[in-house]
Amino acid sequence: MSSSLDDMYREIIMDHYRSPRGRAPLPNADVSSDGMNPSCGDEINVAFSMDKDILTDVHVNCKGCAISVASGSMLAETVKGKSFEDVRKISEIVKKMLKGEEVEIPDDPDFEDLSALKGVRQFPVRIKCALLAWVTLVEGMEKYRAGGADSAKAATTEEDQ
Amino acid sequence: MPTDTKNSSQPAGRPSSELNVDLIKADFPILEEKVNGHRLVYLDSAASSQKPQEVVHALSQYYRHMHSNIHRGLHTLAERATVAYEKSRQHVADFIGGVEPEEVIFNSGTTEAINLVARTWGEANINEGDEIVVTEMEHHANFVPWFMLAQRKKAVIRKLPITVCGHLDLSEIDSIIGPRTKLVAITHMSNVLGTINPIQEIAALAKKHGALVLGDGAQAAPHLPINVRDLGVDFYAFSAHKMMGPTGLGLLYGRRELLEAMPPYKFGGEMISKVSFDEVTFAELPHKFEAGTPNIADVVTFDAALTYLERVGMNNARQHEIDLTGYTIEKLNSLNGLEIQGPQEVEQRGGAISFTDPTIHPHDISTFLDSRGIAIRAGHHCAQPLMRAMGKVATARASLYIYNDRSDVDALVEALVEMRKYFGL
Repeated sequence: MSSSLDDMYREIIMDHYRSPRGRAPLPNADVSSDGMNPSCGDEINVAFSMDKDILTDVHVNCKGCAISVASGSMLAETVKGKSFEDVRKISEIVKKMLKGEEVEIPDDPDFEDLSALKGVRQFPVRIKCALLAWVTLVEGMEKYRAGGADSAKAATTEEDQ
Repeated sequence: MPTDTKNSSQPAGRPSSELNVDLIKADFPILEEKVNGHRLVYLDSAASSQKPQEVVHALSQYYRHMHSNIHRGLHTLAERATVAYEKSRQHVADFIGGVEPEEVIFNSGTTEAINLVARTWGEANINEGDEIVVTEMEHHANFVPWFMLAQRKKAVIRKLPITVCGHLDLSEIDSIIGPRTKLVAITHMSNVLGTINPIQEIAALAKKHGALVLGDGAQAAPHLPINVRDLGVDFYAFSAHKMMGPTGLGLLYGRRELLEAMPPYKFGGEMISKVSFDEVTFAELPHKFEAGTPNIADVVTFDAALTYLERVGMNNARQHEIDLTGYTIEKLNSLNGLEIQGPQEVEQRGGAISFTDPTIHPHDISTFLDSRGIAIRAGHHCAQPLMRAMGKVATARASLYIYNDRSDVDALVEALVEMRKYFGL
């Protein structure tokens, strides 16, 4: 009856939504990046500490719908301890998966939870909710590479804002 | 078919509405749709109403029997279409309180109707330092055109704020509407809060200072008996698709002397009187504001929508809305922690009911309800300044119309209870 609803709100997603990971504040973060989808009202802050090329710690605080919160929580869990390059690869796969593009999902533990986001594809208007954390993180990484620690402008996944 | 006849055989304890909603529901074929395996419960009429079969039929009849371009054609179909088009204009004029048909301008929607006034009357009459008063509860359509005009003209936007209960806060109105005020742009009924604003009082004050009043009737015209002269407004804008009519048709009422003095909005065919390489003169009202081939089919079809509403009776429609809104508010209040935005007093509000759950985001609410066949709206409802004033980023909104009854509201409330279990919060 509500199979597609259960596809989107999978148990893994609801678990991340109910108890999001990475909420602990990160007072000495090297990068802090804000994201916002004005039409939903979803707001997110992604902060991380760096050691050379590695994201040593990640903080995610998302105020929004179940999908954006769960996606942010999964991000926090996945990218901690990864290199920039690895994070970029993962976020590209997540984006393609959400947009329904051809992509091979690696058979590794990182994608055990992340692949639950696939169900969002059936709800086109919610894809941007799932993307927000990832776009905000990537924006933060680019800022860091460019030499700035704080991004002044909030990232968004709403194209027409 | 709905009728105005009083149904005196209603059992005690039933709503006092004079509408037979079962009969009305039967007029709307789309309500037979199954959505995600459930009966469609359509609670999104504030976004757009559904259409009765006779309106759907009227549209195809138009194309089947009378379609042609209007006004300049000399053949029989052109004559038929022109007569039907102008008959619809007369009908609109009657429906809003008996104005002159030349005071009714057809365009694409409330948004365009307001833009028309801002681009013509506004350009010609707003100057540096002039003040335009808007309320905090305006839809972007009745805010952004004035904001942009004020920017172009170095004019000032003044805000009529709202109270915590979702009424206009009129305590400071004498310092907000004054001699510098040129225009008061105000919604007749809020699309988020449902609040019915005291336009008459505000228009009287505006008039004292020589200011004009534009009423945004997008939400009010489908639900209340409207008399624009009694309201005291100079302009009144509304949309056909929210009141049983087709999409893509907007209505602008303007007082004749204002419309006559205003420059045209768009230039082209139909809106001219004489054209040479030396000179162009413009057509009389209302054609001056209807350049190009208009939305003939939808204008003609709207006649049928108005006939339908009149047969139901706007007073009956309003009474039904009061009853059902009261029932909905009572039911929603029974859900622990659910917060209703806007007035609780049914006499002072319409049936657009915004609410928030303490933990579940409006988009999750909407997605869940959709899985149960229930259509509501979630988001900022094109009213971001109002959202900010309420301290919300988004709300869920259920909105009622004459084809809704208590069973629809019960379905909503049951689904909300189920939703809370589903999200395990």
